[in-house]
Amino acid sequence: MIQRIRRLGRAGCDLLEALGRAGVFLAQAGVGLPGREGWHLWLRQMHFVGVLSLAIVLVSGLFIGMVLALQGYTILVDFGAEEALGQMVALSLLRELAPVVAALLFAGRAGSALTAEIGLMKATEQLTSMEMIGVDPLRRVVAPRLWAGFVALPLLTVGFSVVGIYGGYLVGVDWLGVFEGSYWSNMQASVDFLDDIGNGMVKSLVFALVVTWIAVFQGYDLVPTSEGISRATTRTVVYSSLAVLGLDFVLTAVMFGGLA
Amino acid sequence: MKRSKTMELGVGLFMLAGILGLVFLGLRVSGLTLQAPSDTFRLEASFANIGGLKPRARVTMAGVTVGRVADIELDREWYDARVVLELDESLEGQLSRDTTAAILTAGLLGEQYVGLTVGGDPETLSDGDAIRDTQSAVVLEELIQQFVSNMVSD
Repeated sequence: MIQRIRRLGRAGCDLLEALGRAGVFLAQAGVGLPGREGWHLWLRQMHFVGVLSLAIVLVSGLFIGMVLALQGYTILVDFGAEEALGQMVALSLLRELAPVVAALLFAGRAGSALTAEIGLMKATEQLTSMEMIGVDPLRRVVAPRLWAGFVALPLLTVGFSVVGIYGGYLVGVDWLGVFEGSYWSNMQASVDFLDDIGNGMVKSLVFALVVTWIAVFQGYDLVPTSEGISRATTRTVVYSSLAVLGLDFVLTAVMFGGLA
Repeated sequence: MKRSKTMELGVGLFMLAGILGLVFLGLRVSGLTLQAPSDTFRLEASFANIGGLKPRARVTMAGVTVGRVADIELDREWYDARVVLELDESLEGQLSRDTTAAILTAGLLGEQYVGLTVGGDPETLSDGDAIRDTQSAVVLEELIQQFVSNMVSD
């Protein structure tokens, strides 16, 4: 019995320790503006996590917008309110689906790759070698990836929303025959720039920070074996997804639930 | 070096696309306009019941949007709702003193808005004046109650 309680206590201490390490790690990697060299490294990461994630994010956005329009139409047409389709598609995308789904895709597409890359660097002792020759791996390896993720995900989220709204337009207006003018005008009447688009962007910035943070920290902190890398990669995706969905509820409650 | 140039171009295009997307969302989706908000003047109107009227609701004349509801508060003296309307400045000095305001509903389940109808008085309303003649929102329950009591008395 006492053994079990001790094990629980040890798990708690480990958890707190890991959280503390992650916090210190974020502070160390995040501070300090990168110089010319650092800007170059950032650019390379931006290409990897941003530009190369564009395809999967945009295609998903298109399909989610189309499905939203199709599902929304079948419900709204019962009330004779199919003119509100644009409003429904735009609000659900901007407030909820674009930040969340883009972050989940980003965790799967870019986060897991970041963890595996940094983890392999650690396993092959590249990070230790860097320290030996006087290069700070936090600034050289971690910081550019962190900043690239932080900038790339909000941009991807914007792309997701735009493509999704056009997908809804394609299905709603071109296929199901909702009047084009009411699709856009209902949308414009109900979407507020700061309340809806701005809050969506804030959500996306938070998710970007959390997902990239988890990804690079899991890579930096793993047990340097092949099994450790595989576990850390899995943990990245699982933890990021849970963190995104949980935080989304909290943020939604504060932003739209009148909790603030 | 060449590879890095194309990479720079790719990242640049990506960021540009993101910013353009945000502009698109602002202009096309949320209906933000680039020109400064036009000047307005304010009128007050007291209603016995505003139903589901909300701030930022439309104010229309003959169906054309001419302003919006700026503020709604309870008048603690008369216990009715004091609604502040923000109207297009070009209408200042154009609305007669006996203009009426009514709370209407767009469609069967639609949102509520304020409809103005001009009267015939030569004197006009200016900034800060109150509209005297108002018509409250139709509350479905009251309507049904009236209907039922009429049926009973018949």
